[in-house]
Order: sequence, then structure tokens, then C-alpha cells
Amino acid sequence: MIEFQNVHKTYRVADREIPALHPTSLRVENGQVFGLIGHSGAGKSTMLRLINRLEAPSGGKILVDDVDVTALDADGLRAFRRQVGMIFQHFNLLASKTVADNVAMPLTLAGDMSRAQIDQRVAELLARVGLSDHARKYPAQLSGGQKQRVGIARALATKPKILLCDEATSALDPQTTASVLQLLAEINRELKLTIVLITHEMDVIRRVCDQVAVMDAGVIVEQGAVADVFLHPKHPTTRRFVQEDEQVDENDINSDFAHVQGRIVRLTFQGEATYAPLLGTVARETGVDYSILAGRIDRIKDTPYGQLTLAITGGDMDAAFARFTAADVHMEILR
Amino acid sequence: METLATLFSNVDWYEIWVATGDTLIMLGISLAFTVLLGLPLGVLMFLTSPRQLLENKPVYATIGLIVNMLRALPFIILLIVMMPLTEIITGTSLGILGTLPPLIAGATPFFARLVETALREVDRGIIEATQAMGASTRQIIVKALLPEARPGILAAITVTAIALVSFTAMAGAVGAGGLGDLAIRYGYQRFQNDVMFVTVVLLLVLVQILQTVGDRLVAHFSHR
Repeated sequence: MIEFQNVHKTYRVADREIPALHPTSLRVENGQVFGLIGHSGAGKSTMLRLINRLEAPSGGKILVDDVDVTALDADGLRAFRRQVGMIFQHFNLLASKTVADNVAMPLTLAGDMSRAQIDQRVAELLARVGLSDHARKYPAQLSGGQKQRVGIARALATKPKILLCDEATSALDPQTTASVLQLLAEINRELKLTIVLITHEMDVIRRVCDQVAVMDAGVIVEQGAVADVFLHPKHPTTRRFVQEDEQVDENDINSDFAHVQGRIVRLTFQGEATYAPLLGTVARETGVDYSILAGRIDRIKDTPYGQLTLAITGGDMDAAFARFTAADVHMEILR
Repeated sequence: METLATLFSNVDWYEIWVATGDTLIMLGISLAFTVLLGLPLGVLMFLTSPRQLLENKPVYATIGLIVNMLRALPFIILLIVMMPLTEIITGTSLGILGTLPPLIAGATPFFARLVETALREVDRGIIEATQAMGASTRQIIVKALLPEARPGILAAITVTAIALVSFTAMAGAVGAGGLGDLAIRYGYQRFQNDVMFVTVVLLLVLVQILQTVGDRLVAHFSHR
């Protein structure tokens, strides 16, 4: 478990104090994939680096499995960092070393394994990330996605309990992003690894995270299970992130659909309800007509969901609304 | 062959041979010491500079001042100014031995600055990633910074070696021996243009060889 207790961080730049993180408390349970989302400068990068103390906090406590990270001495900190893997937006691989030597690096630095043991571990790791054939290549000969896989193999070398991901997919194209996220989800499932990732893309959160915290100007403005935050965003910052991903601008609904007849409602389905033939049934039984104005059916990690914006006309509208609510569908009346 | 002999009538090929050897000896020894002293100095300058691992303003400023002072001094002046100190170190201010201290004192600050610049070229992310792996400062330097900066450092050694060739030639002016000494004593002071020509060609060949070998090494260790 990772626990932030009233942690804050202030940078001093030319005698001016610039707050990067206001006093924040947070818990990440073991085995979770925890996402921190925010625009650049929101403090998410600082927050991530506080966990393995690449940044020292200005105050507060950070506990990892009940060990106070802020109180570790130099030796203790080095030993602790070996239990925390980290991957980066720009991969940060050593250009002078082969793929195999990059992956072996945390092990050679730790210095507690023989050459043969290291070679065997490296072979295992490269097999896991699907790069066994590239062991003798240099990073410059690899694609972005392959480089990040090397980064992941390297981060897993010392069998850490926690993996920190610093915008790990932001430099990758959408297809490569999907495959790297899939690998992260796999690692989380199979190795029971706790993952903390930071991103500015809601799509990354939707695909792999269990919990999400939305950051804005050094403050966590909203936090919770991904499905809740994603489907029912409350804070304006969260709404902006969700809309970026959904391509539907809620503010424009009233202007764009001004000429549309009837009431406008948004229905949110989750889990098995997503695939139930609800709309047709309700329309038949209550006599309402509906047209779909916008919609999306997708998955949040492993849970299917649907979100439809409908215009409803005629029939017994109140009965229809009652049926939707009774069917365990979240309904918002937009107009 | 006869024309060639008349063309180079003043050239004593044995003397040329000895002078070339002297130049190579001066170059080899001074380059070895320059690298040995300049590399740690360059690493120290890099580490103590602002926003680096061992940031330390007084140390960085002090080293920077000494380095700049030595670099600001024309080498020919350094040769003369250092004479008393050279005599204390080597027992003489003449010959090969007498030129080594000024050569090393002149080239080390130059090389250290180049090393500092080469280290600055290494992506900060590499240092951060190595730190995150639990590396000590010593490990970061030895296992990450120096290997990553190796092409840059090899290029710095090449540039420094070529600068040292020109320094050794200048040292000829104060009785160091070597090709520069020949060029000054015969070529310049006795107007023997043939001697001047031969020494200049040999120096040019030496510089070309150094540059080519340096470039090959840089290419060999670059994996970008």
C-alpha cells in the first residue's frame, strides 16, 4: 500500500516559492492500477517522483507498506528503490548498451547476482516483453514501442512490488499505445504488481486503471473508481478530460440540438445492462419515439459500458423514464 | 634521386627521425597525464555545476576560475611563467622532461572543459532512470554517465591531442626538442626552407592520423 499523508512540495526558484503540490492525502491499495491524470504542470509528475523520492517532499509523510520513505537514509533509499520499478515517456535507455545490458543494469547495480543468474533473468524478462530476438541490438535500432518494452523489462528486473509509469505511452502512436497498455495490464494481473501511472489522456485511464485521481494546479480535485469518475464526472477539470476522450461536448448539446424535438436525456449503462435490449422494449411498451443523438459503447478496463444521448418524443414519457431508472440505468435529463 | 637530394640539401634525416620521436614521446606522455587529470576534473566540474548531483557553487566557481585562468594564458607565456615550478617538479626546464609540466598544465583545463560539455550532452533522463534503479552517485558516474558520454570524451581526447601537437611545436621555442624545435632553429632562424617544409608536412601527417583514429573510435562507440 502506498499512502500519502498530508504531503506537499514547494519548489524554490530565485527566492520565490512555487507550490507544485498542496497538502495531499491519498491511498493506493496493493495490486491496483492507479491513474493520476492532469494537464502538464498539474503536479502529477511531482507526485509520482515523491513515491521513490526522486523528489523530496517539503512536508508530510509517504508510507510504502508501512515504511516511511521520507525517513530513509541513503543506503535504505537505494535498497527501497530496487523494489520500485519506473518507466519513462522517453524511455531513458542507455544508448551505449545493448538491449540485454540495459535490462541487466538494475541487477548489475544491485551486485547480488552472478553473471549466469543475471543472463538467465534477462532472458526471462525479454521473453515476457516479446523481445528475445533483439537482445544484442542497441536501443537506436528499435521502434518506440519496442524501446518502451525494454524499459518495462528493465523496470521489472529486480522483481519490484510497485511500477511507476511516467507518461509511458505519450510518445507512442495509438496502436503501439494499446499494445503497451495491454502489456501493463497483463503484468498487473500476473505479477500482482501495484502500478501508479500518470497521463494526460483519459483513454489510458479508461483502458487500464482501477482507480483514478484527477489533478489540477497541485490539488486532487476528484478521485474514485474509474467507472464512476469517467461516467459521472463532477469537477470541471474531470469533465474536460472526459469530453476530450468522448468527443461529445456537453456544453454544446443545447445549441447543437436546439432544433431537436422532445426531451433530451443521457443514459449510462454499465456491465451486462449494456447489452440488454432496453431501448426497444421501453419504446414499445410506453409508446415513446426516440432518436440517438450521440453515443458510445466501449469498455472501461474489463467492464462494458454504454452512454447514449437520446431525444424522446410522444407516448408516456414519465413511464419511460421510470422504466429506465428501474432497469439500473443511470439517467440524466439534459433538457 | 639527385634532384631530391639537392632539393632537401639541408635536411638531416637522422635529426628529423629523432625529432619526430621526441614529438611523439612528448605528445604521448602529456596526453596520458592530461586525460588522467582532466577526466576526473571534468567530471567534478559537471557534478558540482548548478542542478547536478553534487551541486556546489563555491567548488564549481573556484575550479571554473582556475580553469579559465589557465586557458586564457597563451601557451608560450605559460611555458615561461611556469619555468621555476617546472624546475621544482622535474629538476629541469629544458628538454622533453622540462616541457611536460607546462604541456599538461596547458591542456588539462582545456580537456576538462570538453569533458564537462560531453557529460552535459547526456540526457538528464538517463541520470534519473539510473537513480530510480537504486544506483549510488559513484555508480551513476561509472555505469551510466561515462559510458553514455564515451563518444564525446573520445572526440575531446582527439581535439586535445591535436592541440598538444601544436603546444609541443611551440615548446620548441624554449629548447624542448621535437619537430617544432627543428622548424624554429633551422627553418626559421637559418632560413632553411626545406627543413621547415619537411617538419610542417610531418606535423600535418601526425594531425591527420590523430583525427582519423579519433573519428574511427568515436564512430565505433556511437550507437545512436
